Amino acid sequence: MKDWPNRLLARFRRGAAQEQHIAPATLRSDRFRQAREGDWRRLEAIVTAVEKGRLGRLSDADLLDLPVLYRQLASSLAVARETSLDAAALAYLEALAQRAWFITYGPRENFRGWFMGFILGGWSRAVRAIRFDILIALALMVAGVAVGWMMVAHDPAFYAMLAGQDPARNPASSAKQLRETLFGGQDQDALAAFAAYLFGHNAQIAILCFALGFAIGLPSVLLLLQNSGMLGAMLWLFHGKGLLLDFSAWIAIHGTTELFAILLAGAGGIHIGRAIAFPGELSVMESVAAAGRRTAPVMLGVVLMLLVAGMLEGFARQLIDSTPQRLLVGGFMLTFWLVYFFVFGARK
Amino acid sequence: MSPQNHLRPDQREIITPEGLSLRLTLAGRSARLGALAVDLACIGAILLGAVLALVYTQAGLGQWTKRPEAHHAAQFLFILWTALMFLLRNGWFLIFELGPRGATPGKRMLGLRIAARDGARLTTEMVLARNLLRDIEIFLPMVAVLSALGTPSSSMVNWAAAGWFLLFALFPLFNRDRLRAGDMIAGTWVVEAPRARLEQALSAQAARPDYAFGPAELAIYGEYELQTLERVLRDASPAAMEAVARAICAKIGWSAPQGDEVRRFLDAYYTALRARLEQGLRFGRRKVNKHDGAAR
Repeated sequence: MKDWPNRLLARFRRGAAQEQHIAPATLRSDRFRQAREGDWRRLEAIVTAVEKGRLGRLSDADLLDLPVLYRQLASSLAVARETSLDAAALAYLEALAQRAWFITYGPRENFRGWFMGFILGGWSRAVRAIRFDILIALALMVAGVAVGWMMVAHDPAFYAMLAGQDPARNPASSAKQLRETLFGGQDQDALAAFAAYLFGHNAQIAILCFALGFAIGLPSVLLLLQNSGMLGAMLWLFHGKGLLLDFSAWIAIHGTTELFAILLAGAGGIHIGRAIAFPGELSVMESVAAAGRRTAPVMLGVVLMLLVAGMLEGFARQLIDSTPQRLLVGGFMLTFWLVYFFVFGARK
Repeated sequence: MSPQNHLRPDQREIITPEGLSLRLTLAGRSARLGALAVDLACIGAILLGAVLALVYTQAGLGQWTKRPEAHHAAQFLFILWTALMFLLRNGWFLIFELGPRGATPGKRMLGLRIAARDGARLTTEMVLARNLLRDIEIFLPMVAVLSALGTPSSSMVNWAAAGWFLLFALFPLFNRDRLRAGDMIAGTWVVEAPRARLEQALSAQAARPDYAFGPAELAIYGEYELQTLERVLRDASPAAMEAVARAICAKIGWSAPQGDEVRRFLDAYYTALRARLEQGLRFGRRKVNKHDGAAR
């Protein structure tokens, strides 16, 4: 029992040696790192799997732990920034924190989920949010129609300028010729192709009308005026030959959808333009970004409406050859859109 | 303030909801142009493939021109073509950027991604908004410039239109955050997608050294020199290590190590210097570089 100091000392030394074997790090920051490295690597594996879209391979436990691991990493990074001078480990932590942040705060839902919400109320809310701009756009379109009508009434030479050269439809055409442009299209072939072409063309114009809102909304206004001026000129032409109602029905069957869509696209452009010109209390950048996010769903809706309009124009107008029926379809579509936008989901 | 707390001109700091500050590096304009070129090349390749397939099918249909089915088939091909054109023009960027990586194939290839400028969630609305403007930024300027070049007697009007559209196309050149018009509308920006491997800790792997450095020998360097030394050790180029070892020994008045000794000496010096500087850090004394007298 006399050698107990030596035995104790030996034991202490062995303990120290073993401890060194397990944790060779001498620096405090390295011990900090060793204690957490496993969690970091686990988070990295989860983040990599999510980034590669391989969610299926992750266990439920991994997904549940993701926010926890992310917050642990955030605190590791905050500590490491203040206590560690290991540049490589810091760079790794910074990068991993960013990647995990992108995942944690990435899009919350997939596009399908978002789209369902969009159809079931998101679209209507987006349209209602810009109703003031819709009123402006509507006033512009009405004014455009009136001005177009009056210009051509004043001097028919303006017709070619507003509505373009058309051998079948011009002030010199007879009532019979004009009638032929409205009826008798059902023998036509290739209706589906026509519908597809109309959709592609109109959708691109509508996106342009919206995008040009970026130039303070002026080009959007001009596009609205130009389109409605053309409509006004054509209305005058057909009115002069006593075909106003027939022409209105011919336009209305798809026009209540198509013109509505163009109205919304123009309103979106005006909304953006207003946000740039009059940002109010926000900075211009914040104001524009908020306006863009409000109007983007409206524009997705516009594209969908133009798809419907293309089909109505390509098929329904050619196949339905009577004015009352065309008016009925057009009126139904208008009622449908109005109810969907302004009544559906309006209760809070 | 340590050197790592200084933002480079191309870095932006965002504060996450947890209160953590993250440093995002804005994507370079040339990298973004490269990403766009890759994406357009992909779209072009798909279009070329589609045209070839259509022409081939159309030629096959030519044998049956008498049959009405051939006409319907041709019509179907036209619709397919229209839908494909519309989807490629508007959907390519949209669909890829909605994915978890927030990047098109071109951006992914160049290590870029999109993020919300305010540090919040990237939403579907943002991705939609930023891609709705692509038309006036890419396709219309392209068409306008080509038509201005193409017409033999290029009128002033054509060039004025091209110039106007080029304003949109060149928008990222004219602002600090390199936003294109779509980014501005959506409240997004394009940043570098971070990627870094966790390297071995140099101080942990080093065998316990036979060197002992006194405070005076460690006091001459700061964090900047420590990080330079770390880089040299990770690169492990013998010539550079020998030069650094000689420089350190000249400063502290030791005789320079030779052969295998060089690495052992540098490892030991790195560990000792880091221990000293980190200790200072814990007491709130930073020594940024060798000219900084704070920790002396």
